[in-house]
Amino acid sequence: MEQSAAYEGQQVYHPKGWWGHYVFSQDHKIIALQYTCVALAIGLTGMFLSMMMRMQLGFPGLFDSIDAGNYYQDVTMHGMIMVIYLLTALFLGGFGNYLIPLMLGSRDMAFPFVNMLSFWVYFLSVIILSASFFVPSGPTGAGWTLYPPQSILEGTPGGDGAGILLMLISLAVFIIAFTMGGLNYITTVLQSRARGMTLMRMPLIIWCIFLATFLGLLAFPALFVGAIMLTFDRVLETSFFMPEIFKGGEVLDYGGGSPVLFQHLFWFFGHPEVYIIALPAFGIISELISCHARKNIFGYNMMVWALVAIAGISFIVWAHHMYVAGMNPYLGFFFATTTLIIAVPTAIKVYNWVLTLWHANIKMTVPMLYCLAFLITFLIGGLTGLFLGNVSVDVPLSDTYFVVGHFHMVMAVSPVLALYGGLYHWFPSVTGRMLDDRLGKIHFWITFVGTYLIYFPMHYIGFLGVPRRYYSNEQYDFIPQSVADLNQFITICALIVGASQFILLYNFVNSTIRGKKASKNPWGACTLEWQALESPPGHGNWGDQLPVVYRWPYDYGLPGATADFVPQNVPDEQIT
Amino acid sequence: MAFVIITTIIVIGTVLFNLVTPWWFTPLASNWGSLDQTIIITLWVTGIAFVLISAFILYCVVKYRHREGHKSKYEPDNPKLEFWLTVVTTVGVVIMLAPGLIAWKDYIDLPEDALEVEGVGQQWTWSYRFPGEDGIYGNTNGRLISSKNTFGIDPSDAYGQDDVLVLDNKVHLPINKPVVFQLRSKDVLHDFYIPQFRAKMDLVPGQQSNLWFIPTQLGTYEVACAEFCGTGHWAMRGEITVDEMADFEAWLSQHPTFVETMNESSKGRGKQIVQSLGCVACHSDTGASGIGPTWRNSFGSQRNFVSGESINIDGAYIKESIVNPNTKIAAGFASVMPAYNLSDDELNAIVEYMKILSSD
Repeated sequence: MEQSAAYEGQQVYHPKGWWGHYVFSQDHKIIALQYTCVALAIGLTGMFLSMMMRMQLGFPGLFDSIDAGNYYQDVTMHGMIMVIYLLTALFLGGFGNYLIPLMLGSRDMAFPFVNMLSFWVYFLSVIILSASFFVPSGPTGAGWTLYPPQSILEGTPGGDGAGILLMLISLAVFIIAFTMGGLNYITTVLQSRARGMTLMRMPLIIWCIFLATFLGLLAFPALFVGAIMLTFDRVLETSFFMPEIFKGGEVLDYGGGSPVLFQHLFWFFGHPEVYIIALPAFGIISELISCHARKNIFGYNMMVWALVAIAGISFIVWAHHMYVAGMNPYLGFFFATTTLIIAVPTAIKVYNWVLTLWHANIKMTVPMLYCLAFLITFLIGGLTGLFLGNVSVDVPLSDTYFVVGHFHMVMAVSPVLALYGGLYHWFPSVTGRMLDDRLGKIHFWITFVGTYLIYFPMHYIGFLGVPRRYYSNEQYDFIPQSVADLNQFITICALIVGASQFILLYNFVNSTIRGKKASKNPWGACTLEWQALESPPGHGNWGDQLPVVYRWPYDYGLPGATADFVPQNVPDEQIT
Repeated sequence: MAFVIITTIIVIGTVLFNLVTPWWFTPLASNWGSLDQTIIITLWVTGIAFVLISAFILYCVVKYRHREGHKSKYEPDNPKLEFWLTVVTTVGVVIMLAPGLIAWKDYIDLPEDALEVEGVGQQWTWSYRFPGEDGIYGNTNGRLISSKNTFGIDPSDAYGQDDVLVLDNKVHLPINKPVVFQLRSKDVLHDFYIPQFRAKMDLVPGQQSNLWFIPTQLGTYEVACAEFCGTGHWAMRGEITVDEMADFEAWLSQHPTFVETMNESSKGRGKQIVQSLGCVACHSDTGASGIGPTWRNSFGSQRNFVSGESINIDGAYIKESIVNPNTKIAAGFASVMPAYNLSDDELNAIVEYMKILSSD
């Protein structure tokens, strides 16, 4: 059957010309790169906005142009960009797209055309979001949670202009893009695995992306309806979330709606969203720590079930963001309990990573450094979550800098460290070249130590009670001068960390062009993406023959084998 | 090795920082010491977990670092170890959760014989209502709120006539007496937060939320809004003064009842309007500069704009800057003021008030 052999091979893809190859590409690897580049570009914008915020907090008055209005616009856009348009898009659109087919031994996603559409619709959502910077009253300054009534009223930047509308529309478009991508990831994982790749032989990162996608597909619709209803409230003057309001000297034409309803919808999405970001980060760490410690991951089954448990429970903890939001206070008992229960499977994951290091053969590569740093920051971020999840402990700390410190440690610093580790690890697979090690280490140390110095002290001004989202603390007597000094210190750290990210950018560009050529499997990894015929893998990934899987992905240090790792596609009889 | 040294410093520094930190709880001034206690318990449990786990990581990094020709030990599983780790973690969680839930029960269990105060938030100021001699609040309705009836009290409700109204965002409370705050908002979400009392609760327009505490220390404390409420969020500052009971009663008796405010003549109306609309959050009547320019001695003076133009402040300009605040922006200030849709009577009353502030 010559034809089917041909079909199995390169013939699957015959992109037409340069445009078909690199722009409107249906190859999951190109789409992954597109997602990654767009996400990193908008992420840089988000980082710039955080610098503006820090300038105001550290050196108030130094820049006249930062007034209260655009301070809040910076805060809002920073949060939204980082959570949704950078991390969600990069982990699932970038890592998910690149790794799912390669690690599962398939030629591409189940629906390559839908995959391409997913990227372009995501790109459109980024364009709409960016457009809000250029409308007359600027982007919304409602805080990334967009709580009504203030988010759609005058008195909040962009509330009576186009800013909030562009934000809501962009979110809706993003969710459409995510849904197309997400259905693809789920279908591919369930339908397109190579022979022998049972679910319990999948690399943990695929489990993580798979479950994160599930979470997204179930959680994003809540945000979608919230965004649409809020748009209606703003444009058509419906009152889903709007009660009687007296504002600007008159009673507005709203009545009967519930602002708390929006918060429920938002956090029904918002809490799983934390795990949509955290799970892929967990996955990256699981792969990296096993590979670079040259040791099998500890407790694979336990890891999978812990992931499933985390994913499941993450849907019944959302109101821990709302303990003092004016909902029925008795709900606090339930949500505090579920929230602290979720700490147990999360702790199990940490234990298993740490126990993977036990009796290992740890290579201190740059990806390994990122793994270890992740463990420290995730530990801090996870443990401070136990303060905020425990309803009465949350009362004094809610909406203070303790919260800012906590969520940045757990869902900004930790995922970004995992992300960087992942970029260093898989860069050779994408480009065929290695990233520069020395630059990598410099960038690592500045990022790790710098972010720790930024966010760790924030917990303590949170104990003191300094509220978050304050443009200025000057008029409050309970906030001592030392807080202003600390803010200066944090701003200086933030500027250094921010600037150091350009080391990574330089390293990317430079290494792509001039980097040391990578061997086909430079880290000696067991997973399939390193076992393709060519490096980087070509269109269709596997040449003529699809790989066949004989073992789990963590056979490092397998007794009886000479090499310290046995790839997944090596049968027992070929082990030497 | 660099990793081990630097991370050891970080871990030890993290622990030591708890001892030397210059930032800690404000002095407690209410009955909510139990909340501080639960934080301390959580700090211990999580601190021990942090030290043990990071120490183990560092140990592994030193002990099991890569050596040529060496292979790791193959151990995919250890169910017994995993079981015990799960048990230990669960115990730790219960140690934290149990006191937390007990403290929460007290926090939401409103006392019977408490002093009742209604706290009302609006962009960007606070006001308060006491139920008056009959001890019962009059009914309110958001549709009835106006610059005259600032709480939206139903004028036909007999219970509301004697309600005592405090408009100037400074409230007094008696010491050692439980107080229940019934919280509501006129416009957007706010949060009533007094750091020294540890207490905090959102104000939600269209519904009521409750908060209670017992002030235990005399003094004046700041109220800070802890839920983002628009451009002036950070400036939504109020004050609570804790008095002896007699001083509190004397203070309360100086404030008008609802029926008195409704019968007030038009003289002094301007001041009431600017208080009820929360203007004073940004514009002082003392000469101090705030988020917006002060009103003191402003009428007739020269006002420079960011555009470079300038005028002498007159009634027409004052009205324009209320109805269309962003057409002319005073130099040195940001364009953050929302528009106010007021009647001619109200605008005239405010202009009269500005004249008074510039003449006496």
